[in-house]
Amino acid sequence: MTLRTYIVSRILLTIPMIFILLTTVFLIMRVLPGDPVLLHFEKMEDPALIAAMRVRLGLDKPLLMQYFDYLFGLFRGDLGKSMQDYSSIGQQIFAAFPATLELAIFSMLIAILIGIFLGVESSKAYNSPKDHLIRVFGIVTYAIPVFFLGMILQMIFGIGLHWLPVGGRTYQNMVPTGLNVGPVHFSTGLYTVDSILEGNILKLGTALKYLFLPSLTLGLVLCGIFIRLTRSNMFETLRLDFVTAAKARGLKDSTVTYGYALRNAFLPVLTMMGLQFALLLGGAVLTETTFSWPGLGRYLVDRINFRDYTAIQGVVVVFGLFVALVSLAIDLLYAYLDPRIRL
Amino acid sequence: MTQTKIRRSILSQLIPGITSLAKRGLAGWLVLIGAILTLSIIVLTVVSPWVSPYNPSAINVGHPLLPPTSQFLFGTDDLGRDMFSRVISGGGIMLQVSILSVIVCFIIGVPLGLFSSHTGGVVDKFFNLIMDSVYAFPGLILAIALALVLGRGVINLALSIAVIYIPSYFRVIRSQVLSIKEMPYVEAANAAGAKRRTILARYILPNTIPSIVVVATVNFADAILTAAGLTFIGMGVNATVPDWGWDLSNGRQLLLSGNWWVIAFPGLMIILLALGFTLMGEGLSELLNPRLEQSGE
Repeated sequence: MTLRTYIVSRILLTIPMIFILLTTVFLIMRVLPGDPVLLHFEKMEDPALIAAMRVRLGLDKPLLMQYFDYLFGLFRGDLGKSMQDYSSIGQQIFAAFPATLELAIFSMLIAILIGIFLGVESSKAYNSPKDHLIRVFGIVTYAIPVFFLGMILQMIFGIGLHWLPVGGRTYQNMVPTGLNVGPVHFSTGLYTVDSILEGNILKLGTALKYLFLPSLTLGLVLCGIFIRLTRSNMFETLRLDFVTAAKARGLKDSTVTYGYALRNAFLPVLTMMGLQFALLLGGAVLTETTFSWPGLGRYLVDRINFRDYTAIQGVVVVFGLFVALVSLAIDLLYAYLDPRIRL
Repeated sequence: MTQTKIRRSILSQLIPGITSLAKRGLAGWLVLIGAILTLSIIVLTVVSPWVSPYNPSAINVGHPLLPPTSQFLFGTDDLGRDMFSRVISGGGIMLQVSILSVIVCFIIGVPLGLFSSHTGGVVDKFFNLIMDSVYAFPGLILAIALALVLGRGVINLALSIAVIYIPSYFRVIRSQVLSIKEMPYVEAANAAGAKRRTILARYILPNTIPSIVVVATVNFADAILTAAGLTFIGMGVNATVPDWGWDLSNGRQLLLSGNWWVIAFPGLMIILLALGFTLMGEGLSELLNPRLEQSGE
């Protein structure tokens, strides 16, 4: 199989999965509850008002028509209108998305760095007390509810030591503007990237300060699986001939471990990144709630409190698509990095 | 057999079991410690009505937000409820939800996996695609959507959580069946004219049980954490019964003014319960599937 056929077939495989995802979300949000409009108003409301809302949201049509409206709307990038104030759900999601993306990137980075470092240390000290200690650490991080860990870190570094802020994304007047050269305005919505584009170190520092605790929380909870994966892969790799040969040539221990052996053990870590991404987004919902981080997860919880079914449906769809696209991207990257898949 | 005889025979089986577990190295110890942790929390929850010093739901038992003292070991919350009583009785809902969701996963995931993978062909492809799609979806978010439309209550919460873990059972069963199906003894049973149901139930299912046990223990821990997460964002069963997840959610605002005890103890209990199941799963997977550890999975 050439790389191109692999890419094409992988993309083709994503289409039915996305279709199933969209249909499942529709079935759960529109068909299961019976009538979302009635559920939205907990107490009895004026029937005229209820009927008007149904018409305005297109919920008066037969279910099959609603289904097609929903699919075609998505195709055009239209996620529908909020039950709360008929505002565009797509716009609100678009505004909240960068915050979640930034949190996800930094948490994944922290999880991988901690995971690889401890995994390597663990595999080098195989079956020693240090190895056991690292394994137990990995197991314990798995068993901690992410929001509880977040609160503990808030308590220590925010409330106790006053080192880091306990919530939000930055100060009011510290929002980076992104690139501004003459008439050109460009911003990504990722505060770290935007402050670099703007060339403002102070804003970058502030953004990182706010980002640190939420991403550490989420990163710590996810690092266990990377510890385990790196440990078992490195354990085997460190006993291969080429590692012994490199050691025999007198290379430094750290060069052999990180420069030679780890390179071999990295591909499984990449695959795991794709698999863990869904878990990461679930954790992000709870982390965002704990740290008042204005991302998609916070928007979702906020909409739940308003029983805003159309908005919730939109967020759930976006979360699902996000995961599907990330796992597609990681699979393609894997194919590019691992020549065996092309053969 | 009389009651005492039965009890004695169970004990005589159990004690050598425990000592032989301890001889199996780290894996044996993990199972042992995990089992002790989970069992003690379950027992604590069951006996809590008789041992808790105050009514866990009664307000103004003490002054609001008292730090831990000798009278209120874990302090009081914002309504003056005794945190110690709430901590020892707060596991009930979480345990019910997780036990129920594991049962549902088991009842649906195992037969579906057996049926689908043994049938093969288009049927298998179809179920596999559906299960993969659910598996790839962010679990907590799917559970939130389901819990929202199903409504409150222990059964609805358990169902919402079960849906996201059914694919784990399906996948494990499927990969096992695909390899067992080709074994000579199954072929022999086929050739001897055994019925499909007999082959599935008597020849294939028993061989998949070790893997299912491991998945189920890990599933317990996941279900507990998911239930806690759902309760934290306000989608729990209700606020009238003491619950660790609810206390954490309630304590989030109180924490900002320094009242650490309102969250510390309930959070610790969730960790201990989830940790118990995780340790058991970790140890069992090593004891029951020694090949996994060797192949580095």
